[in-house]
Amino acid sequence: MSDFNILLEPGVFPRLLNGLWVTVWIAGVSVLLSIPVGLVTGWLMTAKSRTIRAIMRVYLDFIRIMPQLALLFIAFYGLARLWNWNLDATGACVLVFVLWGGAELGDLVRGAIQSIPAIQTESAYVLGLTGPQTFARVVLPQAIRRLLPASVNLATRIVKTTSLAVLLGVVELIKVGQQIIDANRFQYPSGTLWIYGVIFLMYFIVCWPLSVVARYLEKEWATA
Amino acid sequence: MDWSFIGHYAPFFVTGALMTLTISVFGIALAIVVGAVCAAIETARIPVLRQIVRVYVEISRNTPLLVQLYFLYFGLPKLGFVWSAEACAIIGLAFLGGSYMAEAMRAGVEAVPVVQRENAVMLGFSRLQTVVHVVVPQAASTALPGIVANVIFLIKESSVVSAIALADVMYMTKDLIGMYYSTYESLFLLIVTYLIILLPISIVGSWLERKFNYERL
Repeated sequence: MSDFNILLEPGVFPRLLNGLWVTVWIAGVSVLLSIPVGLVTGWLMTAKSRTIRAIMRVYLDFIRIMPQLALLFIAFYGLARLWNWNLDATGACVLVFVLWGGAELGDLVRGAIQSIPAIQTESAYVLGLTGPQTFARVVLPQAIRRLLPASVNLATRIVKTTSLAVLLGVVELIKVGQQIIDANRFQYPSGTLWIYGVIFLMYFIVCWPLSVVARYLEKEWATA
Repeated sequence: MDWSFIGHYAPFFVTGALMTLTISVFGIALAIVVGAVCAAIETARIPVLRQIVRVYVEISRNTPLLVQLYFLYFGLPKLGFVWSAEACAIIGLAFLGGSYMAEAMRAGVEAVPVVQRENAVMLGFSRLQTVVHVVVPQAASTALPGIVANVIFLIKESSVVSAIALADVMYMTKDLIGMYYSTYESLFLLIVTYLIILLPISIVGSWLERKFNYERL
């Protein structure tokens, strides 16, 4: 237990915070890029064309049924081989999280769009709005209310999944923790407990507020 | 794609799949037990225990399984809790899954209208009888889709156990890519193995959902 002092070693805490920043950066970029991808995906999922809907269905089902780690392996090892496309580990992570987040968000967008009464789009048509205009100015503003709580939940899931980046070799929070543990193995043999404890806590501190916000929005907007 | 390589190394993936399934089956069974206990405590509003369950659910849902596993496998032995990688993976999966199961079951119980319990009281049911014959059957039908979704989620999550050196499907994939540079073949086997494991569950899940949806009948 006395190895708590490992956390007070100069440089340890700032390094962990740097690692956390990498984790949050990957998650943040992925969430931001997922939004346009998700909106387009959701829009395509409600398209009139059967072929487009079928393609989107296969895309969503494949992404959903594969473990995220398997998707990361496919992106990281497969793409390099297939198109000689040497994504670095961070790039592979962002790519997978955007494809995954976009698919999940797309499904949420689809649900929200379908919950908007048909009369809204019909009215927009009568008023002479084009398809994209109807989507952006009539459907989307109304759909956001149903969309946002679930999207915030999705963001927490993306943050948690970012932890898998360490298995591709990204130097993020967990990897930094492992480096600190290895560097202090002899001085603080029980440092493992404290470092992993702090990492555990850091993930919680990032994800928990998001969950609370999601729950609040759900309650607040459910009745409207 | 080298099909003879696939034929030769497919048995590796069968072994890997068995590891994935073993961990998942025990982990999920334990998660269902933990979830049921937590849901019971929460819906019965037992003081103190209820707050503990709340804290557990928040911690478990807001941290990644990989970090939970590292903490269990590398951290806790320093306090004297030494366990095998298998035990760690199962406990980790149960720790994560317990909260998801609890939430699904709680939502199921809360969806049962109060009037049902009131009627049971009127009919002279004891508390236990009300729970067993009135609340649980109705709650189960609402909770089932969520529980099946959690089962699939937990099998997928079990893919990270390779990080604590368990030879599951992901471990085999990485090994074969590393040893023979057989990227296509290994990834193909990886995808096929997970599809074989997860597709039937997903199909049975949506079938169960339709079958047990009493409300729509």
